[in-house]
Order: sequence, then C-alpha cells, then structure tokens
Amino acid sequence: MKKVQFRNAWFPYLLLLPQLSIVAIFFLWPAAEAVRSSFYLEDPFGFGATFVGFDNFVDTITSTDYGRIARFTGIFTFCVTFLSLGIALLLAVKADKVIHGASTYKTLLMWVYAVAPPVAGLIAILLFDQHVGPIVKLVALFGWKMQIGVNYFDTGFAMVIAAVWKQIPVNFIFFLSGLQGISKSVQEAASIDCRSGFRRFWTVTFPLLAPTGFFLLIINITYAFFDTFGIIDVILKTEPGNNPVTLVYKVYLDGFRGNDLGGSSAQSVVLMILVFILTVIQFRLIERRIHYT
Amino acid sequence: MATITLDTVRKVYAGNVEAVKGVSVDIDDGEFIVLVGPSGCGKSTLLRMIAGLEDITTGDISIGDRIVNKVDPADRDIAMVFQNYALYPHMTVYNNLAYGLRNRKIAKDEIDRRVKEAARILEIGDYLERKPRMLSGGQRQRVAMGRAIVREPAAFLFDEPLSNLDAKLRVQMRVEIKRLQKALGTTSVYVTHDQLEAMTLADRLIVLNGGAIEQIGAPVDVYDKPASTFVASFIGSPAMNLVPVRSENGRLQAESGAGLDAPNLHGSDRYLLGIRPEHLEISGEKANGTDGLSMEFTVNVLEPVGAESYIYGQLDGAGPEIVVRAPSHARYDPGTVLYLNATAADIHFFDAENGRRIEG
Repeated sequence: MKKVQFRNAWFPYLLLLPQLSIVAIFFLWPAAEAVRSSFYLEDPFGFGATFVGFDNFVDTITSTDYGRIARFTGIFTFCVTFLSLGIALLLAVKADKVIHGASTYKTLLMWVYAVAPPVAGLIAILLFDQHVGPIVKLVALFGWKMQIGVNYFDTGFAMVIAAVWKQIPVNFIFFLSGLQGISKSVQEAASIDCRSGFRRFWTVTFPLLAPTGFFLLIINITYAFFDTFGIIDVILKTEPGNNPVTLVYKVYLDGFRGNDLGGSSAQSVVLMILVFILTVIQFRLIERRIHYT
Repeated sequence: MATITLDTVRKVYAGNVEAVKGVSVDIDDGEFIVLVGPSGCGKSTLLRMIAGLEDITTGDISIGDRIVNKVDPADRDIAMVFQNYALYPHMTVYNNLAYGLRNRKIAKDEIDRRVKEAARILEIGDYLERKPRMLSGGQRQRVAMGRAIVREPAAFLFDEPLSNLDAKLRVQMRVEIKRLQKALGTTSVYVTHDQLEAMTLADRLIVLNGGAIEQIGAPVDVYDKPASTFVASFIGSPAMNLVPVRSENGRLQAESGAGLDAPNLHGSDRYLLGIRPEHLEISGEKANGTDGLSMEFTVNVLEPVGAESYIYGQLDGAGPEIVVRAPSHARYDPGTVLYLNATAADIHFFDAENGRRIEG
C-alpha cells in the first residue's frame, strides 16, 4: 500500500475535526455534564446547585421504584433482543430459500425499517386499541381481556411486540446478507454430509452466521435499552402512571417531568456504566468463541 | 462400490432452457469416468444431478440397484469434491473429515481410525488441528479429498477439483487422484474442461456438447477416432486441423481452390477433412505417391513450446489455418512454402453437413 504523507502535520487533524467535534459536542460534553450534575442537587427553577456528593446515586439505587424498573428493563431487553433476533433469523432463513417472487418477500419484510419509532408506536396503539384494536379482539377470543395503559403486564406486552416488530427488518436485512455470504458449495457439502436440515443449520449455517449474530446482539441490546424510548412514550401517551417504563424512560421522566436533574443525571451515569460493562463482557466472552472468516 | 446408471436423464430449467438433453450411460463398478466439454455443456449439471444437488426433470439415475431420483443427497452413498473445496471454515481439519461420519452415527473410535487412516494416505496428519484458512491451496485440496475418502462411499464425484491449483500442483494431484482411485477401486465421476486431465485420468471419457453426449469411449479411442468435428477439435492440443474439401476427378482438393491433394475414400462429393498436427510430415517437395494426403503450405508463425514447436500457416496462401507439429529445433521463416504429407490411415473424414465421422 502506498503511504501518503501530508506536508503539514496538522492537516490530517483538520480533516478529522468535523467528526471529532460531533463526538465532543454530542457525546463527550453531555456525558461530562451528566457526570458533573449527578453530584449536585439542582434547584427546580435552575437558580443554583448544591454539591451533594454521592447522595443522588444512593437515592437512585436504594429507591424501590428503581429496582422494579431495572427488572422490567432487563426483562424487556431480553424479550426484545431474543424475539427480534430469533424471528428475524427464522424469516431470513426462509426468505433465503424462496425462489419465486423472492424480491417481493424481501421488500415486504424490509419496509418496516423505514417507519420512525413514534409512528411504530402509533401503529401499535391502533393495533392494541381498547375498542377497535385487532390484536385486542384476537386475544379476546382466547379469553384474554387486554387493557393497554391499565394493566401492567398487558402494557409491557404491547411494548415488547411493538419494539420487536420495529426491529425485525434491521435484523432481517443483516441476517439475509449474512446467509447469502455463506458459500453455496459449503452448504451443498453439508447437505451431502448431513441429512437433517435442522442439524445442518445448527452445525454449519449458524456458526458461520455468528459474526453477524454477535454484531446484531450488541445492536439489539442497545436498541432495546435506548432506542425504544419513542415507542414507549407513544404507548404510554406520556402518562406513565403505574405502567412499566424502562430505565432510559425514567431518566427522562425524573429529569424533565420531575425536574430532578441531579437524580436523573445519576441514573444516566449508572446506565452508562452498565452499558460499558455489558460491552466489555460481550467482547471478552462471546467474541472469543466466534469464528471470523 | 457400485455401478451408476443414467437413463435418458434430462434437465430443463425455468424458461425452457434444456441444460441436459437425454443422457444415457452405464458406468461400471470401479470405473473412472471423466465428463469433459466446454463451459455450459451441462457436465457440472449432470454431476450435480447424480449427487442430488439438482432435481432431475425426466429420466432415472441409479446408484447400485437403487433409483435415487428422489433420494436425499446424504442418503445416496456418494462423496463429492468441490472446485473451491467447500471445507467448513469454522471446523478443524479433523472435524471437517469427521463431520459426515458423526452425522451417520458411526462409533467414535471408528471415526478416529478412518480419519487417521485418510490423513496418513494424504499426508495431512500434521494439520488435523488446524482450521482450513491456515492451509495452502494444495493442502485444502487434500483435506477435501480426505473428506470424501473417510466416507467410504459407493462413488466419488469430482467437480473440477484441480482447477484452482497452480500448474505444477495440478499435475501432481492428478497423478495422486488416479493412484488413489485405483487403490480404493471406488467408482468415480470426474468433471473437467481440461482435455489433458480428461485424457490422463479417464478409463472412459464422455465428451459433452450442448447438453448431449458427443462420444463415449476410452481416451485413446476418442483421440484416434473422434465421432464428430466437435470431439476432433476439443480433444487434442493443438486441435485437429479441419479443411473443407470437395471431390474433383476422383481426388479431393480444398474448397478454397488448390494446394491440397488427397484420395476420396468414401465416394462423397464434399467432406470436412481432419488431420492431427502430429500426423503431418514436413517435406521440401510434393510427395509422389497418390494414396496419401499432400498439401502446399505457407508458414505464418512458428511457436516453440520447448519439447516441440508448432508451425501455423495456410494452404497455398489461402484457406483455413493449419497447424503442424515440428521438432523443437525447427526454424522456418514466415512466407516459407512447405509440403505437408500424411498417410491415408491418419486422415479423418467428417460429413460436411452434420460434422459426424464417416467410417471406412
């Protein structure tokens, strides 16, 4: 490879500046601000702040509310990640085998990708509407009286369904391209070596999809943690009451609805640390077992 | 060990494209059959139909006494070696070899015995714990062979297994495949577009053209008595010279006019006359005899290839291009006029209309 040398040593940094400033302004600065204000008790009207040390963190972690919401976030994240990855993989495997009208199937499965999260939430509200929602009517046939916004479980269920529905297309696209990246002759060799398609999938196809799967796992956990905000907000109609919310949504509620900026900042710092630990664990434990071609 | 029988096997793809047009052949137990032909002649499709990787449109394929049209590839008792080796990239060499056996519920120590045995025969014992990406092309090729051997199948199917190797390795592996196949005595079907590979490996050749069989026979027979102009120009390098000729006063001369004189052995008015480059004898003057072929030839290019040289030129300055094999030290300047002579026994006659061989 040809090595290009800039005459001015600062010129490369100048070229990097737009990207670096975006990182600084939209990530580093707010993060630093969050860390700083997590140690202060902010006046609700913004007139002043008092340094309170770790009080905000202690309050956050010891509150009964926080544990409950953290547990829901965990279950929510697990369900969304597991279901959206699993269903997307199933659809991708099936779509990969379709010969006639393949592009129609693929387009139909992908278009949801273009729907904005709040719109996805709105559609979910229509589907789960108390009076006209087709899903509510469907489950009513089986004797389940679904009450979104009233019943804790039902509301959480609707959130999971909406979030999964929104995420499947992204996973589908990645899994499909991952599947198409697997050599056809390797699959044919496997079909001569192993009769059971099920076993073949788990012993050959799945391990070769693992790099894609690992990437998507991280993307999906991050999605369930942070990007489901819009869906949750629309489903709750910004009236959380006793309904389930995720940790990120609680950061918003406490900070901007409850005007407790210090406590909210402390929560977001805890979230940052959680995500950091999670990422380290994922890369350390899982990536080691993954074969990259 | 088994025979393989193809009975009017056809393959028609969507859009009514007929890739294989009613191929019938009986392959004997332990025989090494090579399917040879240019790209798109249907040879790979045919092999994949035997393997079960392609559906059969009509006709029957039997392995042993069993019709396998609807049998799953894994149950056909065949092993296939792919052009790009198709090793499982996430498995070690050992597991690549053992995978098919484990799926057949073969006992663990038996698997171990077979893998070790195959590794010994193919000299890949040192790489058993490596992943395929850590192996060279030749080593991967050996692993692919090993994966076929450990299965102890009724038949080996080879899909251009040597085409990704460099020239030297290709010759070496070719010899090794031949030796292995003879030692194991397993019925083999081998697909290639390389006529040299086909000639050296095959017990019998099947020359395919446009999805149909042009000729079946031992390599020497196919070479000596090509059934059509297609086979004549496909088998042999450089290809057989083909000259359109017509009858004139009981003798033959080139359609383009003068420069060629040959006996008319089959009483027809027009032929394609075939003569291999190595059967032409170079002479300074026209042959006197009348029972053989003689042509007047103008040199265009001399192509030395080491052990011998090829002279390209034309009949009397016109007509089709002719190739002659000459000794390696031969030196002829462009424009030199030579006489090329051949005995009647070395001349091939083909029908001018359909290109089929005319036997005398």
